[in-house]
Order: sequence, then structure tokens, then C-alpha cells
Amino acid sequence: MPAPSHAEQYSGYPRLAETLRFGMWIFLASETLLFAGLFALYASYRAMFRADFTQAIQHNTLAYGTVNMYVLLTSSFTVALSLATLRRNRPRVTLALLLATAALGGVFLVVKALEYAEHVRNGALPGPFYHWQALPTFGANRFFTMYWLMTGLHALHVMAGVVVVLWLARRTHRRRYTAARHATFEMGTLYWHLVDVMWLFLWPILYLA
Amino acid sequence: MTMSEVIAAPERGGDGAAATGDVPPDYLRAASGVRSWLTTTDHKRIALMFYVVVLVMFMVGGLFALALRVELLTPRRTVMDAMTYNRMFTLHGVTMVWMFLIPAIPAVFGNFILPMQLGAKDLAFPRLNLASFYVYVSGLLITLGGMLAGGTDTGWTFYTPYSDSSPTRLLPVVSGVFVLGISTIMTGINFIATTHMLRAPGITWRRIPLFTWTIYGTSIIMVLATPVLGLALALVGVDHVLHLGIFDPAVGGDPVLFQHLFWFYSHPAVYIMILPAMGVISEVVPTFAQRRPSSYMAIAMSTLGIALVGFLTWGHHMFVAGISELDAGIFGALSMFVAVFSALKVFTWVATLYKGRIRLGTPLLYFFGFLFLFVFGGMTGVAVATQSLDIHWHDTYFVVAHFHFVMVGGSVTAFLAAAHYWFPKMFGRRYSERVGALSATAVFLGFVLTFFPQFLLGNMGMPRRYYSYPERFQWLHVLSTGGAFLLAGAIVLALGNLLVSLRWGPKAGSNPWGSRSFEWLSASPPPKNNFPAVPVLDFSPYDYTQSEEEAHARAFPR
Repeated sequence: MPAPSHAEQYSGYPRLAETLRFGMWIFLASETLLFAGLFALYASYRAMFRADFTQAIQHNTLAYGTVNMYVLLTSSFTVALSLATLRRNRPRVTLALLLATAALGGVFLVVKALEYAEHVRNGALPGPFYHWQALPTFGANRFFTMYWLMTGLHALHVMAGVVVVLWLARRTHRRRYTAARHATFEMGTLYWHLVDVMWLFLWPILYLA
Repeated sequence: MTMSEVIAAPERGGDGAAATGDVPPDYLRAASGVRSWLTTTDHKRIALMFYVVVLVMFMVGGLFALALRVELLTPRRTVMDAMTYNRMFTLHGVTMVWMFLIPAIPAVFGNFILPMQLGAKDLAFPRLNLASFYVYVSGLLITLGGMLAGGTDTGWTFYTPYSDSSPTRLLPVVSGVFVLGISTIMTGINFIATTHMLRAPGITWRRIPLFTWTIYGTSIIMVLATPVLGLALALVGVDHVLHLGIFDPAVGGDPVLFQHLFWFYSHPAVYIMILPAMGVISEVVPTFAQRRPSSYMAIAMSTLGIALVGFLTWGHHMFVAGISELDAGIFGALSMFVAVFSALKVFTWVATLYKGRIRLGTPLLYFFGFLFLFVFGGMTGVAVATQSLDIHWHDTYFVVAHFHFVMVGGSVTAFLAAAHYWFPKMFGRRYSERVGALSATAVFLGFVLTFFPQFLLGNMGMPRRYYSYPERFQWLHVLSTGGAFLLAGAIVLALGNLLVSLRWGPKAGSNPWGSRSFEWLSASPPPKNNFPAVPVLDFSPYDYTQSEEEAHARAFPR
């Protein structure tokens, strides 16, 4: 929590907490626009190569993507529970749930790495490096170029999210949060939700249809 | 920090004005030493640090511009080769857009004035504010490092496919701009949160001073458009190094998609540059006319209108890039909405002067210059938003002249107006009105002489960014170069006047212009916490029917 000397402009802690939450939502809006650029590129290329995209999606590694969808949904649940337990003043449970969340983030990254390895074996690489014999089309090339960019940017956010969650765990361990004062904790959990919600949008457009 | 030394000097002079006992020291004297500046979280001190760096970048960008103008004196080589010229116009654009214009008014005057106009002690997130300064400086160093390592020759727009294959140092330049964008977002989040959450008791949304309204509108654009620029530049940077062919037609890509992403930011970005300028004008005009704006709501709402419609106009940069006639028509029509909102403001300012008790002063002179240049720039903007005309003027000096009329004639003129208008607020001293008036006039004349010939050049067919040209264009280029030196001299004179006044200007008193806007309710320069107590601001910041004393008594009831 910010030291009191930085918070003179607030009438009290509740106002500061409300402002921090508000600021976090604006930041998340900004992050959303970062991804939106890639979603727009994806939509444009998909409109240019409709059939090729459908075919490439059918050849994509659905099992990996779906496992990861469940992994992140579970992490979403654990991180939400961690906030709920913090509010009920159960710091040890909170700590365990945070560590579980970070671990699930780690699982996601491991599965993602295995999946990337399979793409590399197939030759489903971006742009000029693309050489998958089974799908020799411009559209498939575009699909996998976008696939690498979008999942890559998302994976970077997962890594950042794991760091944030571990930082929350460290501060929880040191009992820096209380049931009444935990605005930065809530901000961290909001960030993790950005990470898992984003996958809920990536998963259908990269694996399902 | 020479800045702190200059400012601290009067203190040592011991002019005893603050010797009234329990008056807290002003923010400049609240703490001393370089460390107290570099680690400050006071929005006013951070604003001053931005001020120093932004002005240095203004000078650097200006030197690049003068170098370009010197080269264009003759139809062939004058002082530099074509490759150097290409790098020079890129550096001019990158420096002026991202290191000067974008942060100029928001990070300096927005930072200083916005919390005061809201009656707050500081911004919502003071440490984020300090961090945004250091992120800005890092972005600037990365970009400048890239420039010193050779710079790039793509123009500030980094268009693909050329930017993929350019042999120059593209990566450090786009990385630096990416980092500058992070600083912009931090600033924007801070301003939005402050405006929503930290208004003093009594300030409803209809009582927010108009400058703060425009900074608020600007912040929305900063937060929502800048990430898209960051993405577009990251993609170009990655493509330049790894050749992923993201926009490469050889592997199915489409270079026009880069233009969409780039202009989705870069068109709203021109409103990041002009909205705060309009905010400055909206403070200067009521103050110098001693009259409330003829319509507060027209200015406030047209600000939001520009901020929102600005997101839907980017396609007008691409009329000749292969978008459909229907798309172009829609983008053209939406672009003209911006002109409607701008015209609302212009008419409101002019109507505010009508029957006002006008007092002439340097900021008002800058407003007169702004009015002419901005309307001229805006009207030519409507012209180029028309498809049929744009096909003739696209990529010519006509477009160069148009956006310099808005960005330099509008934003820089308003920046100088703000520098004079808030000078007594920031430093507690007055500048020489005589030199101020002289420099304001010279800025106007130098500007017109620089850029008006460029309209003629463009209409005659002179393409932008060209190194050589037919001899019949030379006289106009010579006029333009002469104007550029007059403009540069005038700006140096204006800033020199302020610099000299920092130390030798007479004491200003707390409210030399007799303004009713809330920032003038405190001492000038203000104490660290801005106001002696939390003010109660349940009245309009433009209520000239009540005297200063009455306003003061209402704001700080005993």
C-alpha cells in the first residue's frame, strides 16, 4: 500500500482504494486495445482467406489449446478465491491459492511450449519460415503468423501475470494485506483476470472455428 | 539541475515576500537539492522537469527543421546528401511528434494545472507520475541513441514494406517511440483517475475548468489509442529484424493493414496535440475578456465530441491506398464532424470576446494568431478530407502545410500562450509584455512566411519529402526557408524573455490576470499542497460577477 505521505490528497483509505481500482480498470482498457490491434489484423486476414483459415484451424493443435483453456479457467477460480479468503481474513489459505494460481500459470506456459515445439516440427512457423507441406497455402501462412503473434503476446502477459501473482504471494506471506486494506492485491488479481479472459477469446478463434 | 539553481536564486536574494509568518513555503522552496527534485512526487515539480526536457527536444526538432529548410534552398544538393536528408526529415518528425508535441501541453501544463483546477493536492498517483517522467526520458534516450547510431530514413510514419527492408537503424527508433508511448499511457491514466476521483467538494462535471476538460478528453485518446501504436511499431520492429513478413505480400500479407493500425493511433494523436491547445485558449479568452465563456457546455461537449469522433477518421489518410469509395466517403464525412466541433469552439471563443472587457496581453495575442492559423489549417483540413481534392493534394506540400498550420500554428502557438499565461502561476514573476508582444507578432509572421508558400507549392505539384525539385519552385522554397529562420528566432526570443524573467521579472502577485479559474485561488507560486485548505468550489470558474475576494471567501469559508 502507498505510504501515507503519498496519499495526502485522499480523504481516507476507502477513497484511495476506489481510485486505485478505477485506475486499474483504465489500464486494463488500454491493454485490451493492445490486443485489439492483433484481433483486427486477424479479422482482416481471415476475411481475405476464409477457406484457408478454416482449414488451418482444423489442423491446429486443439488438445493443447483446450487443456490450457481449462488450466486458465481454474487459475481464474483460484485467484478469485484468494481475494475472497483474504477478505475473510484467512491469509494462509490466500497464500496457498495464490501459489496455486502461479503454478497453473506455469503449467499453461509448459503446455504452450510443448505445443510450440509441435508447430516447429510441422513447419508451421510465421511468414517466410512457414513450410508445412500439409497446408501449403497463403492463408495458412497468414493464420500461423497471426497465431504466433497473438499467442506470443498472450504468453508474455501470462509471464507478467505470474510475476504479479508471486509478488502478491510474497506480500501476503509478510502479512502486508488485511481484510480492510488490500487495494493493490485486488489490482493484481484484476490483472490476472485480463490474462485468463484474453485466452477465452483466443481459444475459439485459433482452435474452434 | 540548472533549473533548480535558476529558480532557487531569488530565494537567496531574500526578497522577504513570504515573511508573513505561517505562510507555507512555495513548492520551489519546500525542499532543496538535486535529490529533492529527482525523487519528487509533487506534480508541480514533475511538470517543471518535463518542461525542461520538452523544451530541449523542441530545440532539437527545430534544428532538424532548419537543416531541412537550408537543404531545400536550392533545387539540388545544398549542404547534405539525399540519404542524410531522408534521415533528417524522419528525425524531425519523430522528435517533434513524440518528444515534443504529444507531451508538450499535457505533461507540462496539464501536470501542473489540472490538479489545481480540481482543487486537489496532487494527482491521483504521484509516484506513477514521477515514473512516467523517467520512462519518457528513457524512451527519449533510446530514440536519440538510435539517431546517433545513424537514424532511420522511413519518415515518422514507418510505412511497410519499405521499413522492413530499410538498411538504416529502425529498431532503436521504434523501440524508443514504444517506450515513449508507455509514458503517455501512464500520464493519461493518472489524469483520468484524478478528474474522476479527486475533485474538491463542489466541483461537479459542469464546473470543471475547460482546460481540465480538454486534458481529460486528451487522456481518453492517450489511453485507448497509444497501445495500438505500440503494437504497430512493435510489429514493424520485429519484422525489420526477424523478417516475419507480417505485412509482406510475398507471403500473403497486406501492407495497407499497417497503415490502418498506424493511423488508428496517429490520427487521434493529432487530437492529443490540438485538444490541450484548445484548452489553453479556453482559459486565456475568458480571463482576458473578463467574461464567462459564451457557452461553457459547447466547449466542454465539443471536446468530448472530438475525442470520440477522432477515433473514426483514420481512413482519410488512405484515400489513395486502395480503400473503397464508400469507405473513403464515410471516413471523409466523419472527418468533417471534427470541423463542426472545432467550429463550435472557435465561434464560442469569438463570442466570448464580444462585449467583454478585453485587456490586451501576450497570451491574448497568441490567441489571435492561433485563431487565424487554426481556422486556416482546419478549413484546409476539410478540403483534404474531400476525396476528389485529396487525390490532387495527397503526398504534396499542401498536406505538409495543412498539418503544420494545425500543429505548429495551433499547438505551438497555444503552447507559447500557456507558457506566458501560466508563467506567473508557476514562478511568481512577470515577463516583459513588450518583448512578449514583439515575439508573439514575430512568431505569427514567421509562421505564415514559412508555411503559406508550402500550400502554393503543394498545389503546384511539389511532393513532400523530395530532396530535389524543378527550378520554378525555388522562390517559394526560399521564402519558406526565410520564414523558418524568422520563426525560430521569434521562438528563441519568446523563450529567452521567459528565461530572463525567471530571475529578473517583477513579482507577480497571486493572480495578475484577475482570472476566476480555480488554479488562481492559491498563491503564485503555490505551496507544496497547492491550497491552504481543501477548497469548497461550488461556483463556476468563470463567474466574473463575483469579485476575487468573494470567490476567495466562498472557497475557503472560515
